[in-house]
Amino acid sequence: MSSDLLNLEKPIVELEKKIEELKQFSIDKEIDLSTEIELLEQKRINLEKDTYSNLSPWQHIQIARHFKRPSFYEYVDHIFEGFIELHGDRLFRDDPSIVGGIAYLNQQSVTVIGHQKGKDTKENIKRNFGMPNPEGYRKALRLMKQASKFNRPIITFIDTPGAFPGIEAEERGQGEAIARNLLEMAQLEVPIISVIIGEGGSGGALAIAMGNHVLMLEHAIYSVISPESCGAILWKDSSKGEKAAEALKITAKDLLNLGVIDDIITEPLGGGHHNPEQLMGSVKKALISHLDVLKEYSKEKIVEHRYNKFRKMGLF
Amino acid sequence: MLSDLFRKKRKYVTISRDKELKPPITDDAIYEPLEETIEQKSDIQDGLWIKCPDCDEVMYQKELDNNQKICPKCNYHFRLSSIERLAITVDDDSFIELDENMVSLNPLSFPDYEAKLEKARNKSGLKEGVITGEATINGFPIIIAVLDFNFMGGSMGSVVGEKITRAIETSIDKQLPLIIISTSGGARMQEGILSLMQMAKTSAALAKLDQAGLLYISVLTDPTTGGVTASFASLGDIIIAEPKALIGFAGQRVIEQTIRQKLPSGFQRSEFMLEHGMIDLIIDRKNMKDTIANILKMHSRKEEI
Repeated sequence: MSSDLLNLEKPIVELEKKIEELKQFSIDKEIDLSTEIELLEQKRINLEKDTYSNLSPWQHIQIARHFKRPSFYEYVDHIFEGFIELHGDRLFRDDPSIVGGIAYLNQQSVTVIGHQKGKDTKENIKRNFGMPNPEGYRKALRLMKQASKFNRPIITFIDTPGAFPGIEAEERGQGEAIARNLLEMAQLEVPIISVIIGEGGSGGALAIAMGNHVLMLEHAIYSVISPESCGAILWKDSSKGEKAAEALKITAKDLLNLGVIDDIITEPLGGGHHNPEQLMGSVKKALISHLDVLKEYSKEKIVEHRYNKFRKMGLF
Repeated sequence: MLSDLFRKKRKYVTISRDKELKPPITDDAIYEPLEETIEQKSDIQDGLWIKCPDCDEVMYQKELDNNQKICPKCNYHFRLSSIERLAITVDDDSFIELDENMVSLNPLSFPDYEAKLEKARNKSGLKEGVITGEATINGFPIIIAVLDFNFMGGSMGSVVGEKITRAIETSIDKQLPLIIISTSGGARMQEGILSLMQMAKTSAALAKLDQAGLLYISVLTDPTTGGVTASFASLGDIIIAEPKALIGFAGQRVIEQTIRQKLPSGFQRSEFMLEHGMIDLIIDRKNMKDTIANILKMHSRKEEI
């Protein structure tokens, strides 16, 4: 999965190793090599900057899908206080691939909802790799309507390969569940802020991402189709994902240019997993400042603002 | 006028469909109706004769055309172009088209998109994948949108999304019921994220229609899938399907690959959707217009009983 990322990081790791060896050598032989070591350190820093400031869309994908990348619960723990998880759609079951609840953001009570991927195989099976069934979307909708009733802003975190393709999902109306969320979210009278933190996989992502403001992490992606599948369809070759990734315009920068998102949150060098605490700080700051703007809007203005935002989507 | 449209474009309507087999898709808003492309291989190509893909009956093309493209032997409903669909749905000479000149750009500079659009225009005789307009059905005025599978699989890009949204807004402005007849492979990949956003745009517009207390009848025809199923097609006050239409969200091959088991027969067909509570009723093509008219009558504001 992350072989490309390893390729990306290889020269940096090799340089780090060299520096270590030199340090050890200097100790063993009692020679002062501090000037050389310092030079190499500087080289490493520059190399890191170069590598991560010129990432291709494909490399962004590798970071967005990195198994060490922070997932929803980590954001909840670091950014919010007093989180109480609320379960179930009241219709069928509790879907563990979408998690939601109530919490404080900077003393303001909010409803928090997000896709939850697993960190290991066992958790991934439980969380269905962050691919929700209809009941996940219906739970999210229940919690969003509850938020609206109690005038709580809604914060959603998006990180999913897509809605789950399964027999039962179809039987229970996967399409209807997503469609219903879009229709209902359009009418909610409280501010909604959506943050794409990892993979924004098509309709399965959009179903909880109709925010007044949509923010995106620097290395996150948001796409109508996975580049691998796109390559498979267009060029009959799923290994053409890299080419498709370029064509689909899926990076935060592209989406800001297309007017689909409102803000990019800068990540620590190399991606959020290199310094989760710094990442969480940036996300928290962004959420608070965006919420400060939206909090001032009347109920009517919030609905109108969101409607106008999505009404404008498309180029023709 | 509609009758003119119909005559003019009749020559574009052929039963033989795209022959190229495409690999499956693993993403939700886009659906490749693979099974349909296999089905199409059995068509007899000379245009005079046609074989029913369901019962293998061979019949005259003309005989089929005169029967609203329903197999006289087994009641299989062949796909219709948007023009053919309009002709059997709205009253003669009642159709006034909206936004007829809106055409797609290539907003992402996506490779080969312009060529594909050109091919679709030639194949379908249409400018884009949906026709919208004002018309009457048995005298009842309505706003109607009809998608066309011959135009890039009825996929929804910026123009399809915009035309549908404007049709919804016209419904609200004129206080008229809305009918959308869907057939679509889902979102249009070549417009990337902008296609996905059309799902949000059309659904938000339908929320306004809802609040205006206006009737929306969604008619699902073969196939209705992906991002269209996950937006306006599933949001009708009343949802009607033609018999045996493929209706679903995720692609069948994708589901098979994901769960590693064979799909039950009849999976994602109209009858399956009815059984699982996802649609209100299944109506034969020949009764569709009168059924819609009856429903319109029951919702008529000036109705006097």
